[in-house]
Amino acid sequence: MLKFSEQQEQLRKVVRDFVEKEIATIASKIDQEDTCPVELLRMTAQLGYNGVFVPECYQGVGLGYTERAIILEEIARHSAGFALALMTHHLGVYAILTWGNEEQKQKYLPKLCSGSIAGLAVTEPGGGSDFAGMKSTGELVDGYWVLNGRKCFITNSHCADINIVVVRTGEDEKGRPRMSVFVIDENTPGCKPGRKEKKTGLKGSDMGDVILDNVKVPASNLIGKPGDGAKIGLGTISEVGRSGMAAIGLGILRACLEDSVKFAKERIIYGRPLAKLTNIQFIIAQNRTDYEAGRLLTYNAVGIKDAGLPCVPEISIAKYFTTEAAINTAKRTIDLMGGYGVICDYPVDRYLRDAVASIPSGGTSYVMQIIIAGSALS
Amino acid sequence: MNIAVCVKPVPDPKFYDKITINPETKLLERNKIPMAINPSDKNAIEAAMRLKELLGAKVILISMAPPEAKEVLKEGLAMGIDEAYLLSDRAFAGADTYATAKTLAAGLNKIGLFDLILTGSESVDGGTSHVPSQLGEMMGMPHLNHVMAVETEGDILKVKTKIENGYMLYEGLPPMVLGVSKEINTPRYVSLMGVVKAQGKPFTVWGLNDLQLNADDVGLAGSLTQPGSLRTPPIDRKVEMLDGDIEEKAEKILKILYAAGVLN
Repeated sequence: MLKFSEQQEQLRKVVRDFVEKEIATIASKIDQEDTCPVELLRMTAQLGYNGVFVPECYQGVGLGYTERAIILEEIARHSAGFALALMTHHLGVYAILTWGNEEQKQKYLPKLCSGSIAGLAVTEPGGGSDFAGMKSTGELVDGYWVLNGRKCFITNSHCADINIVVVRTGEDEKGRPRMSVFVIDENTPGCKPGRKEKKTGLKGSDMGDVILDNVKVPASNLIGKPGDGAKIGLGTISEVGRSGMAAIGLGILRACLEDSVKFAKERIIYGRPLAKLTNIQFIIAQNRTDYEAGRLLTYNAVGIKDAGLPCVPEISIAKYFTTEAAINTAKRTIDLMGGYGVICDYPVDRYLRDAVASIPSGGTSYVMQIIIAGSALS
Repeated sequence: MNIAVCVKPVPDPKFYDKITINPETKLLERNKIPMAINPSDKNAIEAAMRLKELLGAKVILISMAPPEAKEVLKEGLAMGIDEAYLLSDRAFAGADTYATAKTLAAGLNKIGLFDLILTGSESVDGGTSHVPSQLGEMMGMPHLNHVMAVETEGDILKVKTKIENGYMLYEGLPPMVLGVSKEINTPRYVSLMGVVKAQGKPFTVWGLNDLQLNADDVGLAGSLTQPGSLRTPPIDRKVEMLDGDIEEKAEKILKILYAAGVLN
């Protein structure tokens, strides 16, 4: 049985209170305007959301990935787009927390917990999961790393204060590309946002290019060792990125469930509520089942992560299931609502667009299936 | 400065559409929907926290409620309150405002001396606005209700209260009891760190035997008033299509509204 602690239940309640007052009320607006409400990210920082899993010694809250998933689910219940902005901020935080040295943690984590926004730039026009095909470079010149290249489909591209980038820094003895990770400070010359993409869904978070044009960073900005890029990039995305996307998918599932129940009870047809019709009950049952299954998978996976155990297959399963189920559930909810489902006064069309846009974020469902099958067959 | 905040767990206003009344007991079926801190009591907590941050103070929270209210009251601790006291006993059940104020006063007297006792001006479920004044009388302290602002000037408390056509300004020395209204402030959001810290803060539960009261003083037995009849008003939907041009339709709408008693 999935049971949250008293503290986790209290945390969910206070997060829900904040989300209902500050995010639910503007969710439609930020979707229509397709902008990231940066001021909200500064507010969530003050409440501890931005550094929820960062130890107190770095000015975080010192909680775990279950609490992070609760926060993301609650936000995504009303705005999956804004949840993605916070989720991506956590990726930069996690990379520094896990692979940064003490000096880097002391320098960056307090800032990232208190309002500075992080981004993680891995994907390039040539592909996201193909690390070896990466073209961006880092070259050591006179004790400084000079970074060049173009990153694309980067969430928080236009609002991040601190960017974590993965670039190619040479080749190993077998001729394989050596990838390394650097942190780029705020206002570093040459690091700038480029083209901003117009997405199908998950609006409310910026996504676009990050241009590296002779960006000069000190050697002390290297995270981990030269060549650790694939480990850091994949480790961050596979555990924290995908678990975050699972929680966001879960939020969309709950939105569909709650809205379908509300509509079915309120809509009167042939003199009685829609909910009395058996075929409508089938939709409600499917929506509820998908939400409950997604909930169990997601909180089981982050629970394993919190326990410090290997969790990549479980997180991939949760991400695969919740995001795919979110598409089906949103489609069913639109069907249930008839004409109301496709007019923009109701948020359910947004839920469908957000669910569709959740698939590629952190790795498509095909990539998830390869990981899941690989784990099962090993 | 020692400050006490009296709070009442009430049915969460977000779930008002789900409130039901027991047809036999005529009481709200409170266990069917989640509870929350009474909204203006949250304003009282916020007012206490601001005084604490400005002047330095120890702030305690006190409530008379069933044991399951503990989780609700922890939200007050998460907002920054230092300690919580829950007065909980089967004997307290069915209390009117008089018996409630008497129980709260006994709890407050047992805890110690206070410079300021704050509470919400009214609860969203009972809505009588009795408790701040009753508490002031029982504690032997000056009391004001519907307080919109509290400021300090040296030892003097400057208090602004809401009246029908404006406001009144009072000045006085503590101790006093103030019932605050929602205009006084906007309660802060609870931070995650507040939630974490709340788990370790002192939380005391007292029953009838812990207070200097008899069973006849509290609950239904100690109440001076009894609830009368409560009923759920019928809410029917009715659709009527109106004919005519726009002015005729407007006149018909007015007639319907007058006939229904919406307009007088």
